[in-house]
Amino acid sequence: MTIQGVRNLRRASQVLFFLIFFWLILKTTFEVDFNPSEASEIRLPYPVSIALEFDPLVGLMTLLASGTLYKGLLWSLVILIPTIFLGRFFCGWICPLGSLNHWLSGFRSERTSRRGKKLLESNRYKKYQRIKYYVLFFCLGAALFGSLQAGLLDPLPLLARSIGTAVLPTLHSAALAVASFASGTGIGPIAAVGAGFYDLLSLTLLPFRQAHFHGILLISLVFVTILALNRVFTRLWCRGICPLGAMLGVFSRFAIFGLHKDDKACNECNRCLLACQGADNPNVGSQWRQSECHLCLNCQAACPEGALKFKFFPSKVSTQTNPAGTSKVDASRRKLVASFIGGIALVPLFRAGDAHEVKRSPYVVRPPGSLPEDDFLGRCIRCGQCMRVCPNNALHPTLLESGLEGLWTPFLIAKIGYCEPTCTLCGQVCPTGAISELAFNQKVGDEETPPNRIGTAFFDRGRCLPWAMATPCIVCEEWCPTSPKAIYLREEIAFDRQGNEVSVKRPHVDPALCTGCGACEYACPVYDRKAIYITSVGESRSETNQILLERQRT
Amino acid sequence: MERREFIKKTGPAVALAAVSGATGLVFHNRDTARSSNLVAKTADFQVPPDPSLPILTAATNPDPVAALRAALDGIGGIERFVHPGEAVVVKPNVGWDRTPAQGANTNPLLVSEMVRLCLAAGADRVTVTDVSCNDPRRSFLRSGIKEAGETAGARVMLPSPEDFVEVDLGGVVLTRWPVLRHFVEADRLINMPIVKQHSLTRCTVGMKNLYGILGGRRNRLHQEIDQSIVDLAAFVRPTLTVVDATRVMLRGGPQGGSLDDLSIEDTVMCATDQVAADARAVELLGLSGRQVGHIALAARSGLGSLDYRNSGYREMV
Repeated sequence: MTIQGVRNLRRASQVLFFLIFFWLILKTTFEVDFNPSEASEIRLPYPVSIALEFDPLVGLMTLLASGTLYKGLLWSLVILIPTIFLGRFFCGWICPLGSLNHWLSGFRSERTSRRGKKLLESNRYKKYQRIKYYVLFFCLGAALFGSLQAGLLDPLPLLARSIGTAVLPTLHSAALAVASFASGTGIGPIAAVGAGFYDLLSLTLLPFRQAHFHGILLISLVFVTILALNRVFTRLWCRGICPLGAMLGVFSRFAIFGLHKDDKACNECNRCLLACQGADNPNVGSQWRQSECHLCLNCQAACPEGALKFKFFPSKVSTQTNPAGTSKVDASRRKLVASFIGGIALVPLFRAGDAHEVKRSPYVVRPPGSLPEDDFLGRCIRCGQCMRVCPNNALHPTLLESGLEGLWTPFLIAKIGYCEPTCTLCGQVCPTGAISELAFNQKVGDEETPPNRIGTAFFDRGRCLPWAMATPCIVCEEWCPTSPKAIYLREEIAFDRQGNEVSVKRPHVDPALCTGCGACEYACPVYDRKAIYITSVGESRSETNQILLERQRT
Repeated sequence: MERREFIKKTGPAVALAAVSGATGLVFHNRDTARSSNLVAKTADFQVPPDPSLPILTAATNPDPVAALRAALDGIGGIERFVHPGEAVVVKPNVGWDRTPAQGANTNPLLVSEMVRLCLAAGADRVTVTDVSCNDPRRSFLRSGIKEAGETAGARVMLPSPEDFVEVDLGGVVLTRWPVLRHFVEADRLINMPIVKQHSLTRCTVGMKNLYGILGGRRNRLHQEIDQSIVDLAAFVRPTLTVVDATRVMLRGGPQGGSLDDLSIEDTVMCATDQVAADARAVELLGLSGRQVGHIALAARSGLGSLDYRNSGYREMV
């Protein structure tokens, strides 16, 4: 196969893996067309979190932070081991965010704003590319002490989170707006085109109903910034910041595959530099950097003299005109150690603050099956899969609700959606086991097993209709899904404004039965601030965050 | 400055000012504007009364399909209610994410049989739909009603936010309310409730089941629940009410969950009078129609007969 053929193969691979990744995110949703045949448990038909399980950085960080390699994370070796021999092929051939950056940086910047010498200079190796190793070591330090922060910047969780919670819901909202604008014009053909546009999108990309997520502005801002950085330098994110790229760069230390430069054939036309993605100095006369190269093969394809060739066991001999390539990472050892210590120091800093051990936030109701908070923070990579799959739109990314340490981890906002008692989808899609996979009976409970509890419901009697306004309601009791119901009613005498006796049924919560699912809060008609609300106390995952003595046994 | 030059230089500014001013004047409106797509329509799906036939039949058989057929034959057969070319909407209770055995949703066997009967009678299309409380995808799936409806040849429509139209229901407390489009677009409506205990209304049978045509924040209706049910029953007059009393939920309604809360009655009722159907069905919960606020109020409002035994009731054998 010619080098052009191999390069086309790389392009096809980028498109293919991007589409697979995107398709898996689209399928991380509860679809209607399931086989219903009396299934008490509903399972997704595809292993939608598989893309995240192939991520070596997720594997390494969760291994350090939690001490185990959960479920499918062993798959990450499929990426890691070839990298050890070949180098960062993942970045050039597979990574969907890398491909997005690749396409965007080729889209306008190179063609219009940077040409010729300018582009050539921008593609030479630069010192800022060391930053990613410091990011990596910082995250390693934090992970070693139990706080998993790599997910904020790891490209796969980052892209899954951005597409799942920001891009697709925004698209949905936009499509609805277009359709409603078109029908609002009152002009038949325009309305039909608008409706057709919406139908097309809803058939292909949009879920059953519009999802709304809490605080996605910051997620969008980060994502848009990363994409926009391609205007500054080609793949600035991949070259300078990406911790996964840094990890794969480190693991390329002993690679046996690399760029062989023939300095006699080279006439220094520098075309290789014009096409370089990783800024790894492919040109003769500069030192080629294995740890920066994405193996995109553009340089070899661009070379008119055939002076560049990727091969196994490339020459490691320097000549007068051409230094041999290096697989050493160009990063200062002192700064790496400093970053690592910085990461380590971050964890006690977080926990010396008003962390959950001393100031439990009532609003951080974690998904059912979540691990205790410390373990949870050691595993959650903030990929947003649980939020996307939740059929009730109940799970949302936190902003500061669980502290800066827990940025974008999932929590339940019952006002928007409650936890469906028979649903275990969030645990099914969690790639790292921050939310453990519950069996059906572990979720709803049976004779031997207590149900999984995520919190407890409380009444705000100043707002509740039967309590404060002598008005009948009982919607919370109607919606309470436990059997027998955790919310019970007592017929009580209230007085109306004239002092007449009115008999109303007043609701009460039995905390021993309440699972904290939040259906009551969701259904409560006092819309803006609900008269019944759940908080995290009583959650199964915590030994200490409990009210009742007996409840721990039930 | 020359006149020509002055006009040239001020022209664009003047034009923009004129356009701005004109836009303001054209859209100026002192009244608060409210865009309205209100549909004024009653939903009377009834067939003409036939004095020779009962208004309510009940049949008991361990095979629910046989019970349905017997009860339906007694009240005139499907041909009386569904005519060739008509669009029929079947409204079971698909409120909750529960399995058929838990008896919180209408028995899927009855739904599929009803769909088949309507199609056999020449219905142009049969739609099965309901506005679920829990997530509609889960509710339709786990209740078995999606599969039952589709295998029998119906369109099973899960409500989505775009499917609602604003309707003036013209009631005492129920006035403007979003109604699922499929219900106002049909020719015939077959209401298929299930009998359950309910802690505010004491029971939910036929008339309460009509809540499932409404969207919006219907949990506010509980404040005037009897009147709002009666308003709804006055607005929606189903062609036929088929009561699923195969399993009756005595406690923990309307969601239930425990099989201990159910009583097996193996009974199916068919009624042209929804008040009579409700009055008969609540006896299975140990109540009489008179004790149930909304049933008594519906009878007083002239929507039907509480005293069904003297107005044409037959138990099929």
